[in-house]
Amino acid sequence: MKHLLDPMDLTTEEIDRILELADQMIADPDAYAELCRRKKLATLFFEPSTRTRLSFEAAMLELGGDVIGFAGADNSSAAKGESVLDTVRTVENYADIIAMRHPKEGAAKAASMKAHVPLINAGDGGHQHPTQTLTDLMTIHALKGRLGDLKFGRTVHSLIRAMTRYPGNRFIFISPKELKVPRYVKEDVLRSEGSRGYKQFEELDKTIGDLDILYMTRVQAERFFNEEDYIRLRDSYVLNKEKLKKAKDDMIIMHPLPRVNEIAAEVDDDPRAVYFEQVRYGKYVRMALIAKMLGVA
Amino acid sequence: MLSVDSLEKGVVIDHIQAGRSMEIYQLLNLDALDSCVAIIKNVKSNRMGRKDIIKIEDRVDTDLEALGFLDQNITVNIIEDGSITRKMKLTLPERVRNIIRCRNPRCITSVESSLPHEFVLADPERGVYRCIYCEQEAEMHRHGSRRH
Repeated sequence: MKHLLDPMDLTTEEIDRILELADQMIADPDAYAELCRRKKLATLFFEPSTRTRLSFEAAMLELGGDVIGFAGADNSSAAKGESVLDTVRTVENYADIIAMRHPKEGAAKAASMKAHVPLINAGDGGHQHPTQTLTDLMTIHALKGRLGDLKFGRTVHSLIRAMTRYPGNRFIFISPKELKVPRYVKEDVLRSEGSRGYKQFEELDKTIGDLDILYMTRVQAERFFNEEDYIRLRDSYVLNKEKLKKAKDDMIIMHPLPRVNEIAAEVDDDPRAVYFEQVRYGKYVRMALIAKMLGVA
Repeated sequence: MLSVDSLEKGVVIDHIQAGRSMEIYQLLNLDALDSCVAIIKNVKSNRMGRKDIIKIEDRVDTDLEALGFLDQNITVNIIEDGSITRKMKLTLPERVRNIIRCRNPRCITSVESSLPHEFVLADPERGVYRCIYCEQEAEMHRHGSRRH
């Protein structure tokens, strides 16, 4: 694997091997503590990020490697007008692997066309964020013990595409009509051989009792044309203890974070709330990914 | 009746939809050629009513396959020793480079001017092209797709 730009760049077999390695790293972290010694990861973050950048950096440090990089375009030569491509061609002389976030869609693809070291897309605008999908898959694999035969509520588009490759999954799209899942994502579900189709609901209460996984997402202000609609819909899907009463005991609640107010703080102590565990799995799966891409495991 | 000499050696691009010859002239970068180029507009045609024709008295290095992207009804005849030696059948090309621009304001091509605007044929049935960077579907005003 040379670069990782899109979760679909990985075959299900490659994902299996990454998740297996992450399992082993969780079980025996000391065995991997020197795996990336004398290797350097460059984190090129052209826009702010807390979780993803720190997760990559923590992952590399856990493997005994070093980290260089910048957080925010203002702290890089981009502020002087340097192109992304030139930044990457410079940094590849200092690092063995690059994780890059950029606000423009396709930035990682453009950078990868010039990069001679493995490059991981750590988010390119609203386009792709493959290590978030890997984090989600790792969480489901670890907590549900399988990636197939599951019933999903809500869910982000890239995870839907990834999960349609495993047999027996069903999807319940829960959203106000203004934020419906786009048609091409639904077509992916219908076209996939293994999945068992989708349903759409506008209310969370009506369907929560059927779900194995409830994937909550932030209502994104930037997707609305006026603030009034945003404020009206922002609070329409708040998950609280009352709504959770109808949910199965072994359902898990995931969220890519940061949350705004879509999950009430009172839910955090519920054993089904796994979004902070998800953060931990994100670090391990990035460790496994880095090791695989560097060819050291 | 306008008379344009027949070619001994060169390329005849025929069955261009009337009015679109200048677009093709620019696409193929024909203004950079030193050789003789004739643009014949609004020629009477049984099949099309009116059509445009471009005759080029030279070899054209540009990728003529790209013409298939604009209009699959265009015919390209290669002329040698005064007769047609090859007729190219145009199909939708797999990739097009710097022919159309990505219109997605969030695409990396909107800020990195050195990047070529490149699209791949994502759905041959519907003739859909997507930007290789942001995957946005191309906005096109193509003509004469045989599949439609």
